[in-house]
Amino acid sequence: MTVDIAFWVAAAAMVISALFVVRSANLVHAVLWLAVTLLGTAVVFALLDAPFLAGVQVLTYVGGVVTLMVFGVMLTQRHDGSVASASNVQSLRGAAAAALLFTLLLVALLRSDLPSSAESLAPDTAELARTLLDEHLIAFEVLSLLLLAALVGAVALARRGDDERGASGLPRARPRARGEAE
Amino acid sequence: MTLENCILLATLLFAIGVYGLLTRRQAVAMLLCVELMLNASNLVFVAFARHAGGPGQILAMFALAITVAEVAVGLAIVLLLYRRHGHTAVDAASEARE
Repeated sequence: MTVDIAFWVAAAAMVISALFVVRSANLVHAVLWLAVTLLGTAVVFALLDAPFLAGVQVLTYVGGVVTLMVFGVMLTQRHDGSVASASNVQSLRGAAAAALLFTLLLVALLRSDLPSSAESLAPDTAELARTLLDEHLIAFEVLSLLLLAALVGAVALARRGDDERGASGLPRARPRARGEAE
Repeated sequence: MTLENCILLATLLFAIGVYGLLTRRQAVAMLLCVELMLNASNLVFVAFARHAGGPGQILAMFALAITVAEVAVGLAIVLLLYRRHGHTAVDAASEARE
């Protein structure tokens, strides 16, 4: 019973904060609302007998990804704080497409016969570690290679513009505003 | 807290992510919406691991790591876009074809 109440509270918090993520005009606020959604997910993970994943979720997502996103917003936000917002027509179309997808998935969910067990079938952390580092060892190593490649790629991409800059570290030419004539 | 409820929650979050991805114009905001959708899929993995067994938690862990890699590369591209155009509205990327 307590678990059910905790689940619904977390679910409500997640949905509301997710709506704020997509609607918030201020990007910093959107990132912080995303952190709330991800924390709610961590709570649901804990309720689903996955305490290790809940910890990993908090560490990598809330600690890592959100921090990275805040830096991304900080480095790319213009000082005047102007926001490129979508038009009403486009917003309506997007909402219709999302609603259609949701309905489709809902129909599929209602029509399928899903397993449900009262006792948990989730592995405990020791079992999880054995599976990860024994059965899926190759995938684990490939994943570490992917992370290395992504790291090197990100640094290479982010540093590419440095050659074009002057000694002051500022771009030589002021970037053109949108729609400005050549 | 049945499997249906968990999948329903994940479906709703995924749909919200799709809505944001279709309506947002800034690259960083679009990355945020992709995060939402990936998060929803992780939720389904873990819910299935709890109710039906199987390697759902392992899959969720891999998805988590791949997400981190995706964010790092994605933000690097956004940074490059900003340096070149002075803003991060994704319409600017279409100029790359010229």
